[in-house]
Amino acid sequence: MPNLSNVKLPMPEQEPQVRNKNFDEVSLGYTREMAIEEAGRCLNCKNKPCVAGCPVNVRIPEFIAAVAKGDLEEAYRIITWTNALPAVCGRVCPQESQCESKCVRGIKGEPVAIGRLERFVADWHMAQEQQETERPAANGHRVAVVGSGPSGLACAGDLAKKGYEVTVFEAFHQVGGVLVYGIPQFRLPKEIVAREVENLKALGVTFLTNMVIGRTLSVDELLEEGYEAVFIGTGAGLPRFMGIPGEGLVGVYSANEFLTRVNLMKAYRPEYDTPLRQSRFAAIVGGGNVAMDAARCAKRLGAERVAIVYRRSEAEMPARLEEVHHAKEEGIEFLTLTNPTRILGGEDGCVTGIECQRMELGEPDESGRRSPVPVEGSEFVLDADTVIMSIGTSPNPLIRSTTEGLEVNRRGCIVVGEGMATSRPGVYAGGDAVTGAATVILAMGAGKEAAAAIDGYISGK
Amino acid sequence: MYQIIQKKRLNESVTLMKIHAPYVARKARAGQFIIFRVDEMGERIPLTIADYDREEGSVTIIFQEVGYSTKLLGSREAGEFIADFVGPLGNASEFDGVKRAIVVGGGVGCAIAYPQAKALHAMGAQVVTVAGFRSKDIVILEEEMRAASSALHLATDDGSYGRKGFVTQILSELLEQDAGYDLVVAIGPVPMMQAVCDVTKPYGIHTVVSLNPIMIDGTGMCGGCRVTVGGKLKYACVDGPDFDGHQVDFAELSKRNRTYQPLERESAGHACRLFAAAGEEGHHA
Repeated sequence: MPNLSNVKLPMPEQEPQVRNKNFDEVSLGYTREMAIEEAGRCLNCKNKPCVAGCPVNVRIPEFIAAVAKGDLEEAYRIITWTNALPAVCGRVCPQESQCESKCVRGIKGEPVAIGRLERFVADWHMAQEQQETERPAANGHRVAVVGSGPSGLACAGDLAKKGYEVTVFEAFHQVGGVLVYGIPQFRLPKEIVAREVENLKALGVTFLTNMVIGRTLSVDELLEEGYEAVFIGTGAGLPRFMGIPGEGLVGVYSANEFLTRVNLMKAYRPEYDTPLRQSRFAAIVGGGNVAMDAARCAKRLGAERVAIVYRRSEAEMPARLEEVHHAKEEGIEFLTLTNPTRILGGEDGCVTGIECQRMELGEPDESGRRSPVPVEGSEFVLDADTVIMSIGTSPNPLIRSTTEGLEVNRRGCIVVGEGMATSRPGVYAGGDAVTGAATVILAMGAGKEAAAAIDGYISGK
Repeated sequence: MYQIIQKKRLNESVTLMKIHAPYVARKARAGQFIIFRVDEMGERIPLTIADYDREEGSVTIIFQEVGYSTKLLGSREAGEFIADFVGPLGNASEFDGVKRAIVVGGGVGCAIAYPQAKALHAMGAQVVTVAGFRSKDIVILEEEMRAASSALHLATDDGSYGRKGFVTQILSELLEQDAGYDLVVAIGPVPMMQAVCDVTKPYGIHTVVSLNPIMIDGTGMCGGCRVTVGGKLKYACVDGPDFDGHQVDFAELSKRNRTYQPLERESAGHACRLFAAAGEEGHHA
């Protein structure tokens, strides 16, 4: 008899007024009893719409059935059959627009908490005594993976399982890409990323840090050095600014810079040398997940007032509902239908305020969302001393400018065809470098697809 | 980990280090930079490459101990290791077609002006080098610069060595006598580079400055190094670090470079004197 509750079993969380002062994880995860109870809500329906909603097609009803039976190791085995980073995905995937959006239980209530169950299974597995990972027999072929973010890790993992000798080249001093520099500790503890990376090392993957492909080595040099294929997973690129006056003032950050200082460089921990100015009032421009992360970091770092400034209404916000909800609970203000027109500064070149204009919604634009139209004469000033621009990125030029014959589109994103193959034989690409800013799981899906195609390419040679 | 294979004090606050970094050495060219991190808790600090030896697999950096991390690096000895050393970053300087050039270096900026002079000299250009220092006791690289130049003009602010005065005075005189140069390169504190650009502008001589703003990754991700050049947003790490000096918004750059100075003063305390002395040397520290 399935559990007929129409709502998901809530997952314990830190209290908002406690967690907005620390960087510990917000969500505390299910207990074994909770997981088994929630797993009982799955109807194990025949056509499994949830599986089609998952970019890496995790066999969701099967793993949930295993959880319901209490066979957690089996559940883990089923998930990792297709998903190399379950502890990450269980935390940061937008399940509400993927697997859970297709769940039959969602028609008359809330869907099954697939993400929470995936997270529980992955965390349970990590807490167990680890068995020595069996290293697959080497097949004698070498593949280079550029970038150690989600697409690179997924690609490296799948290739290593097939016996490829994989080397991952990372530009930063630490492996993990956006999982370590972008997503904050309170949403994705870095210990979890490190653990996933250790699993890949156990499979035989080599990680080389401080290697900037396009500078230290080129893609062509990797091929000349004997790598039979190269996967480019370099992620999103240069942060965008609005092009309004005052963006060069001290106290204006890109979200990338702010988050990197906080997450990768650990500015919130006194034993690290990373400097960061103390904010009194931080205004974050943008309405995506990155904006939510920046706002919640600024709050935790002690800003008295933190506001999201977004030019459309809340309904158009690209951020996950859960992130918006968490941010509001933590005391982040939402100034929607508000658009900055200039940033004001003092004699010393530091930010003293941000002038904004009220907006109203007009006709739908090319994204299908109603476009914001300025309300004449509605300008007002917020007395912010920190402005964090979180309005997206444009592709990084380093690889395209140093790789002859690599086709890119008008925006500068790498063009790929079937199997994520680029215009250069043996060179594959995936993740944000191809799509522009997207999600962790889509990047992982691309990495996996490329891994399969690379296997076909090399074994067919 | 990257080993320090040589350490030499050039003056009381400027140190030369050769770092074993074969991948960086293999690709390094004049004008490019590296980012180092001393230890696991350290900041990422950009420094322009002063020299390299591809066979030895070494890269030479010359830095002034102005902030917490440069002091920490300066406290390390030959034989020890630092955590990270990544590069070469940025674009190499472009000197195609240059026949006659003036290279102007200010203070520790001479460590970067020198390899540019050397590169120009090696390609057969006539190079006049103008080097300025606060006083005699901090003069660095005099013999090296002389060897890479057809003429070396040295000035000190206090007149304790060479000419008394600023590099801009010497530059003005040189250009008054003969303005037939294709290129002026200026590297040093921001006010000096700006002053050099003011001198060359009426002559219409292409003037290149090497910028070293605040930076984290050095690959175009953080946007911390943005500068306004010709009214447009540029990233020093992927678009530079060399820029047309006549187009650079130096006032904005000076202010941005001071972003973390109040914090550094708090953490370094006794370093205030050096801060004051170093002025705005920014990343040529």
